[in-house]
Amino acid sequence: MMTIKVKFFASLREEVERSEVDLKPQGEMTVAQVWALACQDMPLPEHILSAVNLEYVSADTAVKDGDEVAFFPPVTGG
Amino acid sequence: MKFAGMRDQQLLRYNRQILLPQIDIIGQQKLLDSTVMIVGIGGLGSPVAMYLAAMGVGHLVLVDHDVVEISNLQRQIIYDTESLGQAKVIAAQKKLQTLNPEIRISPFQNQFESLNIEQMKAVDLLIDCSDNFTTRFAINAACVQNNIPLVSGAAIRLSGQIVVFINQKNTPCYRCLYPDSEQEAETCTENGVLAPLVGVIGSMQAIEAVKVLLSIGKPLYGKLLLFEAQSMQWRKINLSKDPACPVCSLPGQR
Repeated sequence: MMTIKVKFFASLREEVERSEVDLKPQGEMTVAQVWALACQDMPLPEHILSAVNLEYVSADTAVKDGDEVAFFPPVTGG
Repeated sequence: MKFAGMRDQQLLRYNRQILLPQIDIIGQQKLLDSTVMIVGIGGLGSPVAMYLAAMGVGHLVLVDHDVVEISNLQRQIIYDTESLGQAKVIAAQKKLQTLNPEIRISPFQNQFESLNIEQMKAVDLLIDCSDNFTTRFAINAACVQNNIPLVSGAAIRLSGQIVVFINQKNTPCYRCLYPDSEQEAETCTENGVLAPLVGVIGSMQAIEAVKVLLSIGKPLYGKLLLFEAQSMQWRKINLSKDPACPVCSLPGQR
């Protein structure tokens, strides 16, 4: 079993009603699948950006045991 | 020792930063010789403009088409109640000239998109403090085209972001990060914003601006700093260039 730490930033914290969650999935997953598992099958919105271990990645990137996956929206207020 | 033509009053005014070995007399003279464009003189633009003016950045170009409204005063600390109804760039100019009469301010009460290329030519650095994606994409394209370093900041609710872009091989631009989607931007008008948050993000933009202008340390080139005030958490994300980016990866742009 693997452990993946998922973090949500900015408005996502309110949308998914949490700031972080630890997942213990069976077998390998992509970033998009991590989102789905963490967010009760809500599809990953197109504009949401993701990072694995602080590297900006696309949603089809594979995630490994111990990885930190961060999701964050574009922010534009000035 | 030569003081590069700086007068005693200037040496006194800037003494506390000239004392820093990273700035020194040479760096101060460089600041005095620099032109920085600030787009959006709102929550972020207020501290950015005030710090850069106080530090003696010689020429500040202010771009904002708006007038001061009462709902701005909670966080746009460059304005006061007497500024209500005035053009932001004019009210800001007045404040900055009081703060430091030795620098030059050029106010443009326009949308950034309506500026012409001549107005970009002398700009050493651009600071994006705007509040919408259309302007942000236009700023990014202009900076890539004219080879101008870009310090980008954004803040809403209790969250902020900062990133610095330079037009170099293998480094991303704003457009590499955010596809030009139809996604409606969240606004402070609808979502609110915690006043000191824009102070934090704006102050960090001012720090990055000085670092880029004087080649100090490691600016956030291609690194996106995410800040959550609620938990006081920071995350620094390494960005990567989109090889298919229509702005910075087109043949001819490289």
